[in-house]
Amino acid sequence: MGFFLELLVNGLLVGMMYALVALSFVLVYKATSVINFAQGELVMLGGFIAAATLTIYGIPLVIALPLTLGLMIAVGFGLERGMLRPLIGRPVIGIIMATIGLASVLRGLAPMIWGAATKDVPLPLPVRPFIVYDLFISPLNLVAGGASLLFLAGFGYFFKKTRTGIAMRAVADDQQAAMAMGIDVGSIFALTWGIAGLVSAIGGVIWGNFLGVDTHLALVGLKVFPVVILGGLDSVGGAILGGLIVGAVENVSAGFIDPYVGGGTKDFMPYVLMILALMIRPSGFFGREIIERV
Amino acid sequence: MFYRACGVFKTTYAADMELYPVPLAKYTVAAVAVFCAVIVPLVSSDHLLSLANLVGIAVVGAIGLNILTGFTGQISIGHGAFMAVGGYTAAILSARYGMPFWVGLIAGGSMAAVVGTFFGTPSLRIKGLYLAIATLAAQFIIEWAINHITWISGGVQSTIYVPKPALAGLPLDSELKKYFMILVVAAMAYVFAMNLVRTRIGRAFMAIRDRDVAAEILGVNIFAYKLLAFAISSFYAGVAGALFTYYLEIANYEQFTITVSVQYLAMIIIGGLGSVLGSVFGAVFITLLPIVLRWGVEGVWELFAPPTSMMLDFLANLRLIVFGGLIILFLILEPEGLYRLWKHVKDYFRVWPFAY
Repeated sequence: MGFFLELLVNGLLVGMMYALVALSFVLVYKATSVINFAQGELVMLGGFIAAATLTIYGIPLVIALPLTLGLMIAVGFGLERGMLRPLIGRPVIGIIMATIGLASVLRGLAPMIWGAATKDVPLPLPVRPFIVYDLFISPLNLVAGGASLLFLAGFGYFFKKTRTGIAMRAVADDQQAAMAMGIDVGSIFALTWGIAGLVSAIGGVIWGNFLGVDTHLALVGLKVFPVVILGGLDSVGGAILGGLIVGAVENVSAGFIDPYVGGGTKDFMPYVLMILALMIRPSGFFGREIIERV
Repeated sequence: MFYRACGVFKTTYAADMELYPVPLAKYTVAAVAVFCAVIVPLVSSDHLLSLANLVGIAVVGAIGLNILTGFTGQISIGHGAFMAVGGYTAAILSARYGMPFWVGLIAGGSMAAVVGTFFGTPSLRIKGLYLAIATLAAQFIIEWAINHITWISGGVQSTIYVPKPALAGLPLDSELKKYFMILVVAAMAYVFAMNLVRTRIGRAFMAIRDRDVAAEILGVNIFAYKLLAFAISSFYAGVAGALFTYYLEIANYEQFTITVSVQYLAMIIIGGLGSVLGSVFGAVFITLLPIVLRWGVEGVWELFAPPTSMMLDFLANLRLIVFGGLIILFLILEPEGLYRLWKHVKDYFRVWPFAY
């Protein structure tokens, strides 16, 4: 039982970090209906920028962190302007392929600029884990969980109460109708990608501190899909719940199944979960069901 | 005689569906056939032939994916995994049960078709991006199964060594002999696809792609045809995977990772969605791109410094950047791909020299 509980808690904590990455994905999908296959690569880029500013150029954290966030926001704006705006109104496959192409570009560009060696993102966090009832909880996990909850609350407020947030929801619902109501769809898109860049940067800093920064960091993005399908593609709360479930299931199943099959359960279990979710309830826990009318 | 089309004067649907609208088309096909079957093997070195072989295998896989994605509109990011199913089936049959290679090809294709159809069943309820994500799951689940079920992977490194393919006791042991093996399969794949898209089934596929609700109202059984598209496409993938396995004489899952799935998607995007000829263009383009890039980089690098491991790193990164950049550029500038460019060229010469 103790073993199970430890696996579960650790899984949940990693799940909070998945949720953080998934948040950015959900945000982009919610506002622009673009499915972002380059989410992991954006996180990787955030990690690379953070690592480069902190360790290669030796800039202190107080300046480096805002610099990373600012640069990633700029990257988000740039992507929207250069790549996604010309693709508005194209079929789904075109947009999916464009983000896959972007993923490839980023995976080549980042190591070309900063080198392929694994880099640290040193954060001033205590290394020693807290011990609560025999369970080890690392401070990094707490920061990630805190950031996720902060974003959840922030986005919740933003989408429900602010003018821009409501405009974003309107754009997500029907671009043409939103345009007719006087919403500047282009700037809403740009803003969305800017925020996505910001969230990815934070994800990059946290995951970079956890795993070290190299191109493998982008693989985090592949875990995003089970998370968002479970939670619902356009639900911020769903991203967090999905992250927790995926983190818990993969960790617990890995703990019990791995000894028999020789590893790899973590890469495989989330997708089984996802296929089941797609067959039973494609819209996930909180996602909006799509109804088609002729 | 030597006729060119100079307008559309067709009065029947049958005439509209003709494979050879003008005699010139027949001569072109004959010329291409002679070029592939006689001239290429005569003049090519082993290195060029090996490139031609890789292109041939890619052609089979790309046509398969285009039937599913380009003609039926169902996105699949699991094509590499379906190729793996075909490759490992063929490898197991040949290496453990001593089956000849053509049995391995058909069995590999059929097995991939079964697996592909299974992973296509979610398409009953979901489509578009949801389906893309479901096929992504297929990629990871199949990869995991191959790696972790010892009976499939053969234990160490998930690698199965395959005996040389042989036809009627004659071993296909050189690049040249393998070239003919691949050429025949690729030609069959092309002709079958060309004819498939002209039939009732092909039209049903296109109806589903263009508007699935409307297709259903017209009486197209959407689910059956979607599964059929998955089956045919996966069959192609399986055959391509089996061919690749016989070509390399080794089955290894690293030849069939998600990168391969993405490459095939890139082939049909750059070649042209919904065009059989476009798949061929795309297959040629994407297969030769890294090789051309290597020549270019080596050539420029040698002007300044001797080649080092730094150059190889640079090349690997540059390859990713150019690959991704080309996908994005094609999507933005010419979404219908190389096939459309080819049509522009053809249309220009169709009326040349009187372009008005």
